[in-house]
Parts: sequence; structure tokens; C-alpha cells
Amino acid sequence: MNDIAISFQNVTKIYPLYHHITGGIKSLLFHPVKAVKSLKSSHFLALKDISFEVKKGEALGIMGKNGAGKSTILGLIAGVLKPTKGKIIVNGRISPLLELGAGFHPELTGRENIILKGVLIGLTRNEILKKMEDIIDFSELGDFIDQPVRIYSSGMLARLGFSIIANLNPEILLIDEILAVGDETFQKKCFNRMLSFKKNGITILFVSHSIENIRFICDRVIWLENQNIKAIDITETIVSKYIGNM
Amino acid sequence: MKVTVNMDKRLQHFIDLIIVFTQKDLKVRYKNSFLGYLWSVGHPLAFAIVFYVAFKLIMRVPIENYALFLICGLFPWQWFSNSVSASPMIFLGNAQIIKKINFPRNIIPFALILHDMLHFILAVPVIIVFLYSSGLKPHLSWIIGIPILILAQFCLTYGISLIIASINLFFRDLERLTVIFINILFYATPVFYSETMIPSRYELFLKLNPLTPLIINWRGLFLKGIILWDSIILSLCYGIIFLAIGLVIYKKLSWRFAEVL
Repeated sequence: MNDIAISFQNVTKIYPLYHHITGGIKSLLFHPVKAVKSLKSSHFLALKDISFEVKKGEALGIMGKNGAGKSTILGLIAGVLKPTKGKIIVNGRISPLLELGAGFHPELTGRENIILKGVLIGLTRNEILKKMEDIIDFSELGDFIDQPVRIYSSGMLARLGFSIIANLNPEILLIDEILAVGDETFQKKCFNRMLSFKKNGITILFVSHSIENIRFICDRVIWLENQNIKAIDITETIVSKYIGNM
Repeated sequence: MKVTVNMDKRLQHFIDLIIVFTQKDLKVRYKNSFLGYLWSVGHPLAFAIVFYVAFKLIMRVPIENYALFLICGLFPWQWFSNSVSASPMIFLGNAQIIKKINFPRNIIPFALILHDMLHFILAVPVIIVFLYSSGLKPHLSWIIGIPILILAQFCLTYGISLIIASINLFFRDLERLTVIFINILFYATPVFYSETMIPSRYELFLKLNPLTPLIINWRGLFLKGIILWDSIILSLCYGIIFLAIGLVIYKKLSWRFAEVL
């Protein structure tokens, strides 16, 4: 049991559609019956009865079209969403790599944002300060680290984001289609770092549309289609099926 | 043994979250403005001037030291009003991180109110200057009175902000209602008038306003160094009640935040 990092057992996720409530006073006043009824009836099925396990140190890729439920799976693992049915077990601290600049405050400097991001993902300030120089070195941002993040280019934001996550002792990495930005040398550096993570027993969940990147990182792949797992297997098997399906 | 280590680390992390978020607010608030912190004093002072002209010079309210009387109520009011006005946007504005990272979200309003509280504390020297210019002095009783009143006001403000911030995600009209609510509350609270001027048949309404005992106490403390224990206890009760309601609503709704944002 202890070598399992993430386990989904018959997980179903249904979103109620909230725009009926957020329609506000007006719909509540003028169409009270309809408003209340619509609350009960409108749902959106995001994941249907999904089960899988990820071992510690494994890199699992998630592929699928837009709306297939990839982000919902990441949200459930991160603990920001609750499953409607089923059970999810996560062993380890989650480090989510967010899309460009998310979770940074534009007016704060790179250095201040490192601390902000660090405490958000669950570390104490001391732990972050100890790693500060490693993070700055890895990011290759130089003097820009003391400039406000709002003047960063998108490549620089990506560097900072990955450097923080990569150097703050991650246990489970969630990566959501992020590494498409930044120059090629830095991308290579990121992928090499991820490979060394795998060697050190860090679990990686990698959501991507890039078959090339999935091939490079992942041991196994989940193929999502219509809110369900269409196939789960070692990378080569899934990738060749996926390409055949396109 | 391991459990206590974990508890220590969790507590440390919680404290660090509050520190980092409050620092962030302090750094960001006036970063690009030339006068910086002076704005947090300037705003209520400008109000004080307007009320002084309207009520003292024109309508001739029979209150001694009216300028001093005004700022003793306006500074604490400003803390409350700043925090509560910002509360509808507080979770909405942080949608990106709320959707992706699991951390105690009530940190965000907590830090915001702590930040406004610090600005209030920094404004107390201005009150002292006004006291001396009217020939009055700070009292020793402030040492007991100020912390208790800050605690009561913090609980009340945090509770109300949690309620508004949480519900506003599901019911966006609350943002507009909050603006109206704060406006009405300002006139319903004895900030620019004295509680003694209110006809006795409306006294009950005055008591039902949770801000009334607070403002009366702040003014009594600043002006005369009086601590009115019965209304301090009433303030604390209001604080605890609203804090409890706020925490319950937040607990009930918080796991849906990422769904609705």
C-alpha cells in the first residue's frame, strides 16, 4: 500500500452548473420556481467512474481532447475539488506547476514571489529561504530576480515557475501543459530535471497534448475520452493507438 | 512524537502563510503611489474635514472638539469599511490560485483584515497629535482598552468579511448589496453624531447595530480614557457571534470554491 502515491477508486465527478444561481436576485425574484428547479436539474458530468493507481516514482501521462476531464483529474488530486462519488487517496505533498504566471503577484519581485508560492504549496518560510539560492541559480534570471514580475517575459515567468517547483522538494508533481514556453535550452533543462526526479522516486503527473513530451517523460499513459478512461497502458502502446486514432 | 512535530510544522506553516500574505498586501497596496501610507490617514482625514464643514460650520452640531470627536470614530470605521468593501472580491480576485492549490483559503481575508488593522494602528499617532492640539492627553487605560477593542473589531470584521466573500462567489449580487449596506451602516452608526443625540425610542435599533458599541468605546477611550465594560462585552459578543457564523458558512462553502470560480 505504501508504494502507491495516488489512487482513484470509482471516482465520479459531477459539477452543478452554478450560473443559474449566479444569475442572482433577478431570476430568483421573477422566476422563483424555475430558478429553484434549474438548481436541481442542471449538472455536468466531468468524470465517470474512473479508477487507476500511480506508484511512487512513476510518471503518468494524461492525454485526451479538450473537455475530456484532464484538468478535473488534476483538481481532484490537488484537493481543490471533491469527488461526487468514489474515493481518492493521495500520499505526499502536491506541487502543482501552474500555467504562466498564475499564483504570482505582478507587483512583487521574483524573490518575493518565490516565498509566496512556496508557502502556498505548503512549505514554511525557513524551508524556502534555505533553497532560495538554488532556485535563483536554476532559473538563470540573474538580476531580474529583484525586479517586479510584471516586467518578465513569458519565458522568464515559465523559468521562475518551474525553478520554484523543481527546487522545493516536490513529492508529487502536477504538470499541466506548461513547458511549451521558454527557449529550447531551458526546456531541455526542465525535462532533464524531471528525469532525475523520477530516479529519486518523485511521482509525476503530466498532462499534455504533445506526444513527443509524453514519450520523453512518461512510463504509462491514461487516455481519456468522453469523461472515461478509454485506455491505460505503457506509453508506447497508448501513443501508437492515439496517433492511429487522430 | 511525530504527531507533535507535524503539529508544530503545521502551525508554523499557518503563521508563515499569514505573515507572507500580510506582507504582500502591505507591499502591494501603495507600491506605485508617491504618498504611500499617508493615504490610509489622508482618506479618513478628508472625510473628517467634509463632516466638520457640513455639521459644525453649517449645521452647528453642539459637540465640543468636533474635529477630534470625528476622527476618533472615523479611523476605526475606516478599518471596518475598507476590509468589508474589499471582501466581495477577495476570493474572486484570487481565482487562479484557489482553483489550483489546496491551502486554507480563509488566510486571504485574514491577512487582508490584519493589513487594514495595521494601518489603523499606524493612524493612532495622528489621533494623539489631535489630542495634544486640543489640550488633551493619551490615557494609561489605552494599554488595556486598545488591544481588547482591536480584538473585538477584528473578530467582527473578519466574520462579516468571510460571510460576504464566501457567499459572493455563488451570489454575485452581494457585491452591489455590500456597497449599499456599508453606506447605510455608516449613517446608522454614531460616527459623526453622538449616541446621546438619538431619540430614546430608536435606542433598540442602535443597540442592534454591532458597530455601535465598538465606536462608542473607541471614542470614549481615545477622548476620555474610559472603558465601558458592559458595552465592551457586548462588542466582544458581537465579534464572536459573527466570527462563528462566518466560519460556519466558510466551512460549508469552501470546498465548492474551485467548482464555481
